[in-house]
Amino acid sequence: MIAVPEMKLTREALADSLVRLGKINKNIVVLDADLAKSTLTNKFAKEYPDRFFDMGIAEQDVIATAAGLALTGKIPFCATYGVFLPGRCWDQIRVSICYANLNVKLIAAHGGVSVGADGATHQALEDIAMLRAIPNIVLLMPADAIEMAKAADAVLKHVGPVCIRMGREKVPVITKPEDKFEIGIANVLLEGSDVTLIGQGSLILYECLLAAEELKKKGISARVVNMHTSKPIDGKCIDKAALETGAIVTAEEHQVIGGMGSAVAEHCAKSIPTPIEFIGVQDRFGESGTPKELFEEFGLSAKFIIRAAEKAISRKRKK
Amino acid sequence: MFQGKNGKPDIKYIKEKAMAIRKDILEMLNAAGSGHPGGSLSAADFFAALYFAELRHDPKNPKWPDRDRVFLSKGHACPVLYAALAESGYFPVPELLTLRKLHSRLQGHPHMLKTPGIEISAGSLGQGLGIANGTAIGLKMDGSDSRVFCVMGDGELQEGSVWEAIMTSSHRKLDNLVAWVDYNNLQIDGKVEDVKGIAPLAEKFKAFNWHVIEIDGHSIEETLKAFKEARETKGKPTMIVAKTEKGRGVCFMENKPEWHGVVPNKEQLEEALKGLCVIEGPSKSQIENADA
Ligand SMILES: Cc1ncc(C[n+]2csc(CCOP(=O)(O)OP(=O)(O)O)c2C)c(N)n1
Ligand SMILES: [Mg+2]
Repeated sequence: MIAVPEMKLTREALADSLVRLGKINKNIVVLDADLAKSTLTNKFAKEYPDRFFDMGIAEQDVIATAAGLALTGKIPFCATYGVFLPGRCWDQIRVSICYANLNVKLIAAHGGVSVGADGATHQALEDIAMLRAIPNIVLLMPADAIEMAKAADAVLKHVGPVCIRMGREKVPVITKPEDKFEIGIANVLLEGSDVTLIGQGSLILYECLLAAEELKKKGISARVVNMHTSKPIDGKCIDKAALETGAIVTAEEHQVIGGMGSAVAEHCAKSIPTPIEFIGVQDRFGESGTPKELFEEFGLSAKFIIRAAEKAISRKRKK
Repeated sequence: MFQGKNGKPDIKYIKEKAMAIRKDILEMLNAAGSGHPGGSLSAADFFAALYFAELRHDPKNPKWPDRDRVFLSKGHACPVLYAALAESGYFPVPELLTLRKLHSRLQGHPHMLKTPGIEISAGSLGQGLGIANGTAIGLKMDGSDSRVFCVMGDGELQEGSVWEAIMTSSHRKLDNLVAWVDYNNLQIDGKVEDVKGIAPLAEKFKAFNWHVIEIDGHSIEETLKAFKEARETKGKPTMIVAKTEKGRGVCFMENKPEWHGVVPNKEQLEEALKGLCVIEGPSKSQIENADA
């Protein structure tokens, strides 16, 4: 049995990282849109009031202003909920940030159904799909608090637009301090040979780990991969999974249309065609409920992942 | 090297430059076969005054950190900006004829990563003022005395994002920012006042806590006076509301919405160039426009 892990907020890990990095790098500025208490950028605001800009409830203005700040050499981090960023300011992200390839970092908070009681309007489920089609941007969803801290360093080092997606809830800490984090390089959490479970965000990755444990009892060896980067997608890791396990399940708190799973499938289709099953939100809007209830309602928990794994394996081409 | 406010501006020279810019606009659009003459011509006098009297810049060093910034928010009017840049020496004037061609540095809408002197990528209306705010804030943080000029269309003001930015500029007291509105009362579908009126414009900006100057946008003298007033205004951003005429300088284009996005053919180009001359004072249609 997997030990019950410690639960931590990734948004707090990011907020603390910004405070840490803000001390070293004076070019870091943070912009928010009246949600600093929720995204926790208020920590940065308290520490560096001269480098924090609350732009009011005006998401398009956040992005345009950030573009202008980047033109003067600042490194803006822009935070608000993922439904509004990119939802409200996609065109600004496309033209003013990505076309110009400016060094602006986006923080899309409250990703996934696990946002819970606030319901559909506040659960970002389409953000990856919206952003993935834009050239020049890097898309990350670090798994847990430990990985988020490392990702923050990597994001700062990377010159160009990046979006960091994160959930609202405390999530299980499943990575280790000594694990490497590199943008675009997925991490294998568990080795296996019959099927690969590719997850994003530790809430669902933990379900993948539970599923792998159950599958093991049935004699099925499942590999579990932490695909923290949706773009650029780690093709090498996917090829390895396809060759060595022959079946894939993707699992994410996002629509199955256009998300990380789609990126995996696009790669497979042109590299090593492999049966894939997609765990995620199946083309419907979110609902109010507890995160646990919603994971059942939307088919994201371990039992659904197990079923998907068996189905993917059954679809393998007979040798 | 920069032309500008140290020496006394030479009005006659600026007017000649406005003429040259208009000629460039017509020729490059004819060569391109598509593009936007109306909103380019209406801003020609402003760009001549800006680049040849006011701006602190160095065409041989486009990334000079101490330069003033020009953000063309209404990106479709880029022919006027390309012409001003070429006439200033950022790139050769003949290159203007590559406008809109494959692999040209002169894209159909301006791209900052391709063209020297282009500060922002634009073409989607309603974003430039917000970017100008960010740069004005950044310049102030760095203790720089460089200034930011942002050029907007009057139809563009229908975009909500512009008003988000308008609130930011005054809230943050960006007195290093000058916005110029090309108040030609035309957009694609007709008169701005018919499509979705924006009047009374000056009063709106005043209510949003801007310093507002209303001028005849084709008067070099009034434009230079407005620049001076903007320079001397502290604690507030300055909005220059410039009454203009779309297609200004070409008789058959003046005040005609059809000439927003249609270019002159060879015969029309010849006719237009023949008719171009230094125009003094407001034209008849402009007076009607001002009353609207
Ligand atoms: C966001 C956006 N919507 C629509 C357009 C298409 N468009 C290009 S120019 C234009 C009219 C602009 O009118 P105005 O701002 O008055 O410019 P001007 O009269 O100076 O040409 C429109 C609707 C666009 N470029 N961007
Ligand atoms: Mg107009």
